[in-house]
Amino acid sequence: MIVLVALASVAGLFVTALLAVLVGRDRPAITYLACISFCLVLLAIAGATLIAPTSAAETLTLPLGIPWIGMHFAIDSLSAIFLLVVNLTAAITSVFAIGYSRHEHANARVLPFYPVFLAGMNLVVLAADAFGFLLAWEFMSLTSWALVLAQHREAENMRAAYIYFVMASLGTLTLLLTFGLLAGVDGSYTFEGMRAHHLSAMSAGLVLVLALAGTGSKAGLVPLHVWLPLAHPAAPSHVSALMSGVMTKVAVYGFIRIVFDLLGIHAWWWGIPVMVVGGATAFLGILSAVFQTDTKRLLAYSTVENIGIIFISLGLAMSFAGEDHPLYAGVALTAALLHVFNHAMFKSLLFCGAGSLLVATGTRSMEKLGGLIHRMPVTAFTALIGSAAISALPPLNGFASEWLLFQTILLSPSFSAWSLKLLAPSIGALLALTAAIAAACFVRYFGTIFLGRPRSAEAEQAHEVDRYSLVAMGMFAALCVISGVVPGLAADFVRPVVDLLLPNGAMAPQAAVPWLSFVPVAPDRSSYNGILLLIFVLSSASLMAVLVRKVASHRLRRSAAWDCGFPDPRPETQYTASSFAQPLRRVFGPLLFGAKEHVVIPSPGDLNPATFAVTIHDRIWDVIYQPISGLVNNIADKLNRFQFLTVRRYLSLVFGTLVLLLLILAIVSRS
Amino acid sequence: MNASYQPLIPSLEAVAAQFAQMFLVLALAPLFVGFTRKVRARLLGRRGPPVVQPYRDLYRLVQKEVVLATNASWLFRSVPYLVFATTWVALSLIPTFASGLLFTWSADLIAIVGLLATGRFFLALAGLDVGTSFGGIGSSREVMIASLAEPAFITVVFTVSLVARSTDLSAISTFMHTSVVGLRVSLAMALVSLMMIAVAENGRIPIDNPATHLELTMVHEAMVLEYSGRHLAMIELAGALKLVVYVSLIGSIFVPWGIAGRGAGISDYALGALIYLAKLVGAGGMLALFESLIAKMRVFRVPEFLGAALMLGLLATLLLFVSQSF
Repeated sequence: MIVLVALASVAGLFVTALLAVLVGRDRPAITYLACISFCLVLLAIAGATLIAPTSAAETLTLPLGIPWIGMHFAIDSLSAIFLLVVNLTAAITSVFAIGYSRHEHANARVLPFYPVFLAGMNLVVLAADAFGFLLAWEFMSLTSWALVLAQHREAENMRAAYIYFVMASLGTLTLLLTFGLLAGVDGSYTFEGMRAHHLSAMSAGLVLVLALAGTGSKAGLVPLHVWLPLAHPAAPSHVSALMSGVMTKVAVYGFIRIVFDLLGIHAWWWGIPVMVVGGATAFLGILSAVFQTDTKRLLAYSTVENIGIIFISLGLAMSFAGEDHPLYAGVALTAALLHVFNHAMFKSLLFCGAGSLLVATGTRSMEKLGGLIHRMPVTAFTALIGSAAISALPPLNGFASEWLLFQTILLSPSFSAWSLKLLAPSIGALLALTAAIAAACFVRYFGTIFLGRPRSAEAEQAHEVDRYSLVAMGMFAALCVISGVVPGLAADFVRPVVDLLLPNGAMAPQAAVPWLSFVPVAPDRSSYNGILLLIFVLSSASLMAVLVRKVASHRLRRSAAWDCGFPDPRPETQYTASSFAQPLRRVFGPLLFGAKEHVVIPSPGDLNPATFAVTIHDRIWDVIYQPISGLVNNIADKLNRFQFLTVRRYLSLVFGTLVLLLLILAIVSRS
Repeated sequence: MNASYQPLIPSLEAVAAQFAQMFLVLALAPLFVGFTRKVRARLLGRRGPPVVQPYRDLYRLVQKEVVLATNASWLFRSVPYLVFATTWVALSLIPTFASGLLFTWSADLIAIVGLLATGRFFLALAGLDVGTSFGGIGSSREVMIASLAEPAFITVVFTVSLVARSTDLSAISTFMHTSVVGLRVSLAMALVSLMMIAVAENGRIPIDNPATHLELTMVHEAMVLEYSGRHLAMIELAGALKLVVYVSLIGSIFVPWGIAGRGAGISDYALGALIYLAKLVGAGGMLALFESLIAKMRVFRVPEFLGAALMLGLLATLLLFVSQSF
């Protein structure tokens, strides 16, 4: 019944898309309102499933898809938690879109695809067989591809869409092979059948690698992430928010479903590749983000970082599960799922903020913004909360999930394998480095855009955006604070999922802990209380402010900036986004990006200007993708000759191929 | 233990001890700074300002009017109080004279690192608010230093927590007090690493010079250049508190003797407070001696210094796994 209602809502989204083509073109608000209502229905279903989990997942078979097999759909607690993330984010983002779409010129190219995109993501999570999963996955990929092309007149977007298309096809192909292996030669393509099917150690390992590549290419794991920082920023901002905040999470869902549920964890060392790839992704993601000057591209790289953090937690969970420590595996999985939710919240918030900036100033370049805290106070405040949350600062939600991940890493003495004992703390140190650079990155992001003096006329004349956008950003910000101060209650929400995937793995219910503290393992081991910290900080800050002003002095005078006595009125003299990153570039740039500074200072008497230039190389692109794309182009050039043959030659080619295939068949069947 | 660890209704003594800790550290922080300056001046052959000079400075600053840049935003005005509050809360939760205080469990060691990071995040933003070149240079260098110092701090936290099997500071401090710990190479390395971080995070020589004002090597002072009056007083006070945070952390983890345990009597608390004072005197003397012996380094040598701290911390953690005796 509950699955039927969910599918009906998804069907409703499809109908919305059709109606958007026919009538809704000029009134985008109607389409988005319809999306919101269907998302709310799905959200209610997800909430109900999580609060009152049933022992047996309800499955529904529809007579669609492959004949005689049909299409299977089911909702268990794992689907429910991701339904919650998808639809909560989608509902709030749609509120933002109502306002944003007024300034969008390409509504006709956005509205029909947007509901199908939402429907696709929901269907991936609902599907209970390989065919349905892959079909929904392709819906999700293709509609998001179409949305990336909404502004198709910009050459950069065309290139982004092309690379995205190639990478998405590759990912789906890998997933197809994954499911093929999972089902076996004569197995069933339903998830039920795959769970029952046992694989040999060899093919199970192969499934792990394929699943990591297939879902990782969508989630943005290094080195398959190259499309992400190109494609996510190219889409309209509310779609960027969904692609970064939610679609990457659907890929995480795919990984958890395949590895934890369908495949089962066979060996302790399986966590190692996942952890290493996750660590590399997190570190390279945030380091690339620090050097970006395009608002949305910076956020996209930071998505890569956060996906890395999620995969580190998943890798730890797999290692603990493989070594038969279900309770510790449960803590790691909880950390992963909490970070899935938290990242969806603050990343969507920041992308909506970037969208508002685009509306208000018409630019994505950080070098042209500045001082917007005065012109756009509400956007600035919500962006500040988002920046603090993504920098993992207490008491916001980003800190809660990273704190839990650190707690998991501190459980590493329980590992019996040496490699894991040494790897886990090293990954922990890398994670700490990543978190610290993330804080630097978002000081730079917020500081360059909202603080300082305006760097262009557009920034000087910006106005606050419409109320819908502000309400949406406010809701995201509130969720960042709430899930940060009571992480224990958020952890209780994902308990059924841990129970489902790791028997006996769920941590003790947190709602029963006094003072709403978060105690993942044991009270004498570690505890954290976000709500108390928030109260302490706010009360002591306001107490001191009141005290100082009452007792001492409250006089205040406005004057020109001091700046050591030589204030320069030109806004060019302040620090820019690039100059802010310069110390970090000097520390990390030469090794990882081959960053070089070229300074030319003419000799005295020479009238040429002094020049300064920085070059940064994307090593992954240079080493992996450049040769491959060169090879493909080369082969394509050679094959080009076949395009201009005569009919006779084509026919003889066909005949030759046929003879060749028959020969092979004859030889194979004889032996 | 579960029931008594986080009591829903605290006892009166627990509340009193928690408040005593809060106000003790607040009162002592400027004195500690004054003491350090005095010792350093004596070591350099100067007479130096009286040890109560920081109190006089603070008093003078809060009396003055605030001169605010025309384009300073609300963030600029609220950051001093926020930075003060995060540092004060962090310090209030560290065992100084007594462990197992009322609210110690609300933030473990990782959360205390996080609280300090929150303060620094907002201070770096405030440096960018007015849009001057000095603020920008200070902020960008501060985040560069923090991006290496914070992970180094976390690796020290790893080492200590893995030894004590807890991230709770009271539990760590109590554990370190017991004789089972003994001398360990890992802990020695963690201590050295934490001292290096403390020097860097507080902007002391050789990383930064708190006494200079107009050099391009400056970090912290450039960042807060635009502040005046009561705002500056708050930032100075927060700076003094932060120095005491690091000293108290080192004291509670590596020199845990004399900290009164859970449910101790009044006399134990008094003894604990005296010993804490002695620890502060020792730390202040050592800091002053260190600062007068060493020269300030170039800003781009700092990554090497902090990279060494990071590697020391990581090595200390990994050595723990190699042998129990480390």
